[in-house]
Parts: sequence; structure tokens; C-alpha cells
Amino acid sequence: MSQVTVAEPAAPRTTRPAGRGTRRNAVERRVLRVLRPIVIVLFLLAALFPFYYMVLLSFRPLEEVLRNPGSLWVSPSDIDPGTYTDVLKSEEDGGQGFLSFIRNSAMVAVGTVLLTLLVAVPGAYAVSRLEFFGRRRISALFLAVYFFPAILLAVPLFVFFTRIEMRGSLVALLIVYVAQVAAVSIYMLRNYFDTIPVSLEDAAAIDGCSRLQTMRHVSLPLAMPAIISNALFIFMIAWNEFLFALLFLLERRDNWTVSLGLSRLSGSIEVPTTTLMAGSVILTLPIIILFFLSERWLTGGLTAGAEKG
Amino acid sequence: MSPGDSGAPATADPSAAPEKSRVPRRRGRPSSSRARQDARTGLALISPTFVIVFTMVVLPILWTISLAFQQVRLLNLRTTGIIGEYSVENFTSVLKSDGFVDALVTTLVYSIGGTASAIILGLVAALALRRPFRGRGLVRAALLLPYVAPVVAAAFVWSTLLNPQYGLANEWGTGLLGWEEPIAFLSSRDELSPFGITIPIPTALLTVIAFEAWRSFPFAFLFITARMEAIPATLEEAGELDGATPTQRFRHIVLPQLLPTIAVLTVLRFIWTFNNFDDIYLLTGGGAGTEVVSVRVYNFLIARGDIGAAAAQALVLAVILAVLVTAYLKFFGRHEEAA
Repeated sequence: MSQVTVAEPAAPRTTRPAGRGTRRNAVERRVLRVLRPIVIVLFLLAALFPFYYMVLLSFRPLEEVLRNPGSLWVSPSDIDPGTYTDVLKSEEDGGQGFLSFIRNSAMVAVGTVLLTLLVAVPGAYAVSRLEFFGRRRISALFLAVYFFPAILLAVPLFVFFTRIEMRGSLVALLIVYVAQVAAVSIYMLRNYFDTIPVSLEDAAAIDGCSRLQTMRHVSLPLAMPAIISNALFIFMIAWNEFLFALLFLLERRDNWTVSLGLSRLSGSIEVPTTTLMAGSVILTLPIIILFFLSERWLTGGLTAGAEKG
Repeated sequence: MSPGDSGAPATADPSAAPEKSRVPRRRGRPSSSRARQDARTGLALISPTFVIVFTMVVLPILWTISLAFQQVRLLNLRTTGIIGEYSVENFTSVLKSDGFVDALVTTLVYSIGGTASAIILGLVAALALRRPFRGRGLVRAALLLPYVAPVVAAAFVWSTLLNPQYGLANEWGTGLLGWEEPIAFLSSRDELSPFGITIPIPTALLTVIAFEAWRSFPFAFLFITARMEAIPATLEEAGELDGATPTQRFRHIVLPQLLPTIAVLTVLRFIWTFNNFDDIYLLTGGGAGTEVVSVRVYNFLIARGDIGAAAAQALVLAVILAVLVTAYLKFFGRHEEAA
């Protein structure tokens, strides 16, 4: 990064033009120098505080929260991890059954990732490298799918799966997820394949590789970083998804995902807020861990996916 | 966006074919067996995705259109086919029904408010973090958390924070800021009457807009940061030498470079906010003047089981969105050419 930025404070510099530093300039620089750290701290607080509060409440005993709602601290002696066992335990054992919700969410999310990559990686390769009939039309269609309102799809998919009596199954949900992310996935991966020099593949072709062999042995290994960041992106979408889980699984408690379970239980008064906060932590934690493990890849992927659009 | 839109970029594409095609063509016609093979392989590789997207996205949208013109209810679902009695009754009754126009206005206010505040916050954050300092990478990552966190968890924490009985916001508001009574952030429409004039304050709507801004400013922040890093430093150095103050440099050098990015962000965020269902459903359930069209569609579908009316409303929503976005793109496209 360069040293010169919008809000640069008046750093002592020998080359600074004398006399040009007008009053206004000096005032602005001083104000911005004070303002910048304040703004950064405010943003950090706004972004992080809700998550801190989530973790805090999940460890505080409920009566203590009700007696003293303003407290931002829990003394180590008061820490109550019972909320976690309560929220994870199955319903028969008097808990909320989040363990099975986690299993459902994980199954759907991992399944979505695998199936999407299985169809999208070859698809992206084809769109990037191979000239076939309708290629441009298809990639335009896929891009448009990205912007289709989910609520517009909600009605017919709800009706369709009700009619074939598959609504309520995790497989139905998985198929819907794959259809929604495959298009974006192809778009992101295609942009990456486009950056791989064709000459590498030509070399493999001259050595007698077929297209599919070239794809498998040359292009796929090179595209691995993009494929992994794409996989994480899909996992997050599937793990966080709410609308279709709500539409499809509402009546099937045994198939609830973590998101759906949390939203349904937070509507009832019987489940203590602190227990549900433990549920929120459980829902959020995998995403935060994945995010920090892969932040560089993921943000790179996010912007790369849209810059060309 | 309506399904019809997908055709537009596609038909415009062939003219642009030569410029960006990376497919090697130098082999020419004589030895085109590889090209023919490529075409076959290409179709084979794309077809699984195409089939799944076609059956799970394109066909359902066409079916929505069909459903919207039929009298379908959840109860008589099994007896309805593709060939049924078509009428525009759903549309007339939906357009005339109580609250549809209100929901549409709410949707617009919510989308414009949410989009604008998210982009402004994202811009401010990007500017504040522009100069490198120790730990900047970590701060940037932390600011992205609201965007990646599951919406259900975020909404739950917010509604707990804003709870009138034991929420932190009201506890501090009444305790430290001297509010007379707790504010029901998520379930009230208040009135403020200074000097005898009553001004309605849509508290719940403002709260869901704030939530939307909180959740999506990181997206704007990410894009604006990426664009800002690509601005050549020489421009600003020149401005600085000429005595431009920081705000002048922002106004005349940085901002113009960011405008195209901001324009794209506006479209993306507007589309997503306009269709947003999760946030409002989870925070208010559509009560207290926050019922947007997507929540209404859900209520018609699930609570009333009126599939036809739900489909008709979803369709109206999509068409309005398509019109707005097209108008924006037209206007902005012209603007760009002129500039």
C-alpha cells in the first residue's frame, strides 16, 4: 500500500510543500487523525459485541440474567455450562435435541458441497475452455439464476415437493440447495479457470492427453485453491440457509436443521433464553472457525466472483 | 429478476464473441476433430448442472406463472394440473387486498434504507481502514463477521439485546440514558409529537433496517476496499502536492473512482434486500408495520394455504424488481456514457 491515503495524518515529511498546508488542510488532518481510531473502534464494537453477548449469555445462569440484565461480565464461579448440555441433549432426555439438528445440518451442508462440486467443477471447466453449442447462453442463464428471488422459487418448490410427497426429507432440501448454488459456483470457478494459461493444457494435449485427462491431471490441481474456497462458500450458504429449511421441514422435527431448530424454539416461552444462546453459539461457531481458517481464500473468492460481473 | 431477463444478455453476446474467447481456435477447420470432440465433451460436462438448474429453478419459475393464474389452494392441490382454469382473479384480488400496497411500500422503504445505509457504512469502514496499521488484517476479518454469521443466530441475539424486559439496550437506555420507559424496538410503531405535530416513527421498521445495515455493510466494505486498493497512489500524491485537503482528495479523486463499484453494489444489495425474507420474518414476523412482500407471500402460502395468491404476489414482486433494476441500469448506463 502506498503511504498516501485520504485521511493521512500530518506525518512529518521533509518533502512536504511549505506554505501549501493551508489552515483547512491542517484542521482536517487533525480532525481525521482523531476520528479514525474512534470510527474503527466503533465499527469493531458494533461488529463483535453481539457475538460477545451471545457467548456471555450462554454461560450465565438465567436467574442471574433476569436479575441483572445490564451486566457484561460473568464471574468464573457463576459460569454455567449446563446450558450446553441442555441444548445438545435429545428431547427424550429432557434437552432440546440440538445434537441431531447438528447432524442434519452437517449432512445437508456437506452433501450440498460434494454434489455441487461434482457437477459444477466439470461444468465450470466446460464453460471456460470448451466451445459448445449454447455455451454463452448457458453461462448467462446461470448468472441470472444467482439473482432469482428465493421467495419466487419458494411457492412452486413447496408445491412440487408436497405433491411428490418428498417435502420434509433432507434429500429434497439438498437438491434445492444444489440447484441454487451450482450456478454461482460455476460462475466463480469459471473465472478461476480463465486465469489458468491455456498453454499448459496445450502441452498436455501434445503429450497425447485427452480432454478429460488434461482436465483431471492439469487443470484440476491448478484450480484447487479456488475449488476449496468455493467449497467453503457453499458450506456456509447451506449451513446458514433458513427459508427453504423452514418451508420444507417445519412439521418434521427429527429433520430440523440447527437454524430451523433455533428459530422454532426461540418462539416458545418454555425454552430459557440462555439455553438458546448456547444453541446460537453452536450454530455460529463452525462458521466462524471456517471463516478464520479460510478468510484469505474466501474473501478473495467473493470479490473475484463478482468483479467481472 | 424475472426469467425473461436471462435471455437479454445471451442474445447480446454473440457480437462480443471474438474478443474474450479463450478457446484455442488456431487449429482451423481441417483438423477440427478435436473441436468437435470438445463440443461434445463440453455439452456432456455442463449437462448435469444444466439439468438440475433447469428442473429446480427455470421450470419452477414457469410453474409459478401458471399457478398465479389458477385458483389453487393447498387443500385442492392434488386435483390441479398444468391444464386448469386460468384467470387473472388472483392478481385483481391480491392488488385490491388489504395491506398489499402497504407491504409494497414497506418493501421499498426497507430496501432503499437498507441498501443506502449498508453502502455508506461500508464506505466509511473502508476509508477508516485504508491506511495500514498493525492488526489491520484482523480488524478487517472481524468486520466481516456480521455478514458470514448465520442469520438465525444474529437475529436471535439482536432480538434478545432489544428485548423490552431483560434486553441490554433497554436496560442501559433506561438506566444510563434516562429513557422514561423501555422501547419495544421490534413491535412498536410510535408517534412523536413535538409542538403538537404528530410524526409517526416506525420504530420496528427502523430497527429491521438497522439490522440489515449491520448484516450487509461488510459486503460493501469488502468490495469498496478491493476497489480502493487498485487506485494508483500517484493521483492522490499529485492532489496532495497541489494542496488538496483530505476531504477534497476524497471528493475529487477517490470517490469518482469508487462510483462504478458503488453503482454495482447498489444493484446487488437492492436486489437482495428487496427479496429478503429471513431477517424480517425472524425479527418481527412481519408485525408492527414491517410486513414486506416476501413475508406476505410466505403467510399466504403457509398460513392461508392460498397457493395461487402467494404465487401472484411473488410474481408481482419479481416484476417490480425487474422493472426497477432495468430502469436503474438504463439510467446509470447512460450516465456512465456521458461521463
